[in-house]
Amino acid sequence: MGAKQFGARVSRLEDSALLTGGGRFVDDTKLPGMLHACFVRSPHAHARLRSIDASAARDLPGVHAVFTADDLPASVGGNRMPMLVPNPAIEASLTQHCLAREEVCYVGQTVAVIVADSRYIAEDAVALVDVDYDVLPMASNCRDAVKPDAARAHSALANNIASTFRMGYGDVDAAFASAAHVFKEDIWQHRGGGMAMETRAVIASLDPSTDLLTVWSATQTPHIGRRMLADLLDRSLESIRVIAPDVGGGFGPKAIFYAEEAVIPAVAMLLRRPIKWIEDRREHFLCATQERDQYWTVEIAVDGEGKIKGVRGKLLHDTGAFVPWGIIMPYIAAATMPGPYVIPAYGLDVTVALTNKVATTPVRGAGRPQAVFAMERLMDRVARELKLDPAEVRFRNFIQPEQMPYSVGLTFRDGKPLVYDSGDYPQAQAEALRMINYEGFAVRKAQARAQGRFLGVGIGNYVEGTGLGPYEGVTVRVLPSGKVAVATGATNQGQGTRTTLSQIVADNLGCRIEDIVMTVGDTAAIPQGVGAFASRQAVNAGSSALMAGGAVRVQIVKLAAHVLGVSEDEIEVEDSIAIARGGNRPSLTFRELARLSQGMPGFSFAPGQSPGLEHTAYFTPPQASYCSGTHVVETDVDPMTGAVKILNYIVAHDSGNIINPLIVDGQIQGGVAHGIGNALLEWMKYDENAQPLTTTFADYLIPMATDVPTCKIAHIESPSPLNPLGVKGAGEGGTIPAAAAIIAAIEDALSEFGVHFAETPLVPERIVGALRTAGAYEKLGGLR
Amino acid sequence: MAKHQVSLKVNGRSVEREVDSRLTLVDFLRGELELTGTHVGCEHGVCGACTVLIDGRTARSCLTFAIQVDASDITTVEGLASADGGLNTLQQAFQDNHGLQCGFCTPGMLMSLTELLKDNPDPSEEQVRDVLTGNLCRCTGYAGIVAAALDAARRMRTGA
Repeated sequence: MGAKQFGARVSRLEDSALLTGGGRFVDDTKLPGMLHACFVRSPHAHARLRSIDASAARDLPGVHAVFTADDLPASVGGNRMPMLVPNPAIEASLTQHCLAREEVCYVGQTVAVIVADSRYIAEDAVALVDVDYDVLPMASNCRDAVKPDAARAHSALANNIASTFRMGYGDVDAAFASAAHVFKEDIWQHRGGGMAMETRAVIASLDPSTDLLTVWSATQTPHIGRRMLADLLDRSLESIRVIAPDVGGGFGPKAIFYAEEAVIPAVAMLLRRPIKWIEDRREHFLCATQERDQYWTVEIAVDGEGKIKGVRGKLLHDTGAFVPWGIIMPYIAAATMPGPYVIPAYGLDVTVALTNKVATTPVRGAGRPQAVFAMERLMDRVARELKLDPAEVRFRNFIQPEQMPYSVGLTFRDGKPLVYDSGDYPQAQAEALRMINYEGFAVRKAQARAQGRFLGVGIGNYVEGTGLGPYEGVTVRVLPSGKVAVATGATNQGQGTRTTLSQIVADNLGCRIEDIVMTVGDTAAIPQGVGAFASRQAVNAGSSALMAGGAVRVQIVKLAAHVLGVSEDEIEVEDSIAIARGGNRPSLTFRELARLSQGMPGFSFAPGQSPGLEHTAYFTPPQASYCSGTHVVETDVDPMTGAVKILNYIVAHDSGNIINPLIVDGQIQGGVAHGIGNALLEWMKYDENAQPLTTTFADYLIPMATDVPTCKIAHIESPSPLNPLGVKGAGEGGTIPAAAAIIAAIEDALSEFGVHFAETPLVPERIVGALRTAGAYEKLGGLR
Repeated sequence: MAKHQVSLKVNGRSVEREVDSRLTLVDFLRGELELTGTHVGCEHGVCGACTVLIDGRTARSCLTFAIQVDASDITTVEGLASADGGLNTLQQAFQDNHGLQCGFCTPGMLMSLTELLKDNPDPSEEQVRDVLTGNLCRCTGYAGIVAAALDAARRMRTGA
């Protein structure tokens, strides 16, 4: 038996090409006769579109065409885009037109597209398109937008309420009525964008000889994109191929199907020329979906010992101008709130507000960081009020491992009862506390204080629904060359999908990992697919890789046994060779077996033999699997500047069995960096006219190498019973509790001044402002 | 659009072209020379994905016009591999330390660290992180990149 790949720190198969400039991103593709597109976008957050005069743009040398909605085929130009995740609780079921008709509802909305010889000329022409707008009142802040007399985000709607729903269980009022203590927090959270380093990108090309439309897109979901294109362009699935080649980061916003992804193929078909559109960073700030403001008003009821009796409150979510991904995020947020704690009664009233800003859809964490922040702020409040240690309050309320599987009492986003499948929450927190030497912190803090430094420690616990269905498939096929072709609907934006699936196939088929030829992100490679979101690929595609690899191994054993004239239990398969255990150990290579498996023209197969060595498996999970963990953070806060330095960042992480620790550690570390951005830096600002103010990386800050420490990571492995690998998702857990732990640590560092924080991002001026209000500088004046 | 003649060296190869005055160096490298390893992440000089070496010093190729590099010697990520075409020490350290995920920022990271390690064969972690503030990475949280830089420096010093 070759060395087992599952669980090993296998170097990534993706790396060599990416390290030598040999990556293939969408923008790296150059087709003969290719033209370049640029979009005319709305400069207003809300306006009526009176007329568009593109004559001057059309006359510019090098411009081939300008298209408005009316110039597109009716199926693309006339209809609104399909909603990806509908839900009966959505009252205003609004998605946008591919190119605006009559009304624009956010800055950057696509109005027209210009096609030219070069991007340079196309951008010149944008300035020549004369669009006559009648500016309308706009809804900017979601708290104002839900007021009865608010300006409406859409002229056709009576109000700005996209959806209201209540999530909860138990007798909340009774729980609060009988509680010893009730504490309330008002919380504002903002999350900003995904900000993948590669912006969105689309190339479309129609081959007139085969009528095949090929679309390259920097997307997380090529199969969903193909379905959307079939719908919008009224074409068969077979006549569309969507390829997501190397994709330069996803983080959620690239899971959405965008207007540009429909317009560019439509235009390529009209002009019968390949068309390339590469989003620039400013467009990404304007038009790639974001997560944005959530306002939480929440209360916790506890007994005299700090045990939770109930949690209740309200959540207001800014969905922006449209709801392309439905109401998934506020739904997930509401379902994530109970977290790892026993909460006898829970109720949250959720309002989803429309505003004149780009739509919000999941960004790494997808509503969960907000819920965890709200819950953990409440736990810290309980600790402070009852003068208990924050870790102790959490220990008193944890769901215990022997309570698994634990039914929370809610329905999760997958429509299934929210039942935690496995996990050991007290162990994770205990391990994280041990790693940071929590017991020794008081001494460290006192020593630092004596030197005029302010140290704090904070804890964040979370439970995350991962591995969502419906399915992801894997095909394993032994090629005539003896190589092993693996195809999957799973996609790769940096997660190492190629490597982890290869590990699983190698183990379960019995081939050398270097013999695997993997195709990811190509609808031509496998008929059905879903894509990357909700930390779902290890569970779904990983399990399918196990199943498909195992099925082909059975075929190999049958064939080899038949050919070698031995019984099937005599056959071993390893390192791409089938060997009979007995006698002089006769063997057949995969190459020989692949040829034998095709049979000979005119000759019948042996009984039970099937053509080829090939199997496609589509694993479908019964429900979400629940990843969990604890982050503990130690910060050094400078009260004079509001600067926060993270001294020590501990993660105790439980994503079940681990396929590749190298990759999981990378996912956690990267997720934490995103969480640090959320906690301290990232703020997509709009003014009162819903004009975006932060549209460069100089205005909108994402973490730099000096902002992110190297985390210390412990793995708690509670296998999931819900899939054959025992794995859970690992892509988002690093982000989810980060802001909760960091803000708690900042508050702790400044505890002597009695300042409290209930917002993210917590930027330096807010820290200084709070300290000023609390009179901190009068106290510090004597010191400095 | 006025055209200008430029002649320069790119990865050791002599190149002569006629270019528009407004053509950026990164578009020249990617479009004209088909060296697509250098990436465009922000086009406003912050993210560093487009970093190349101009006469040995790092520069943003998105903020440099092609006509500015006439008579210069440019190195891009395609010019880093070792003589046998395999990964060089820094590139190998990136793979060994999981210094990349999506790989989009990676070429710029490699160019910045190539300059650093040439200037300072024994940098501290703090110096590495300081240099890396010129390059944004959204995937890795920088830990693997920092580890790779320090590992590469050690391997280069010891010949390991």
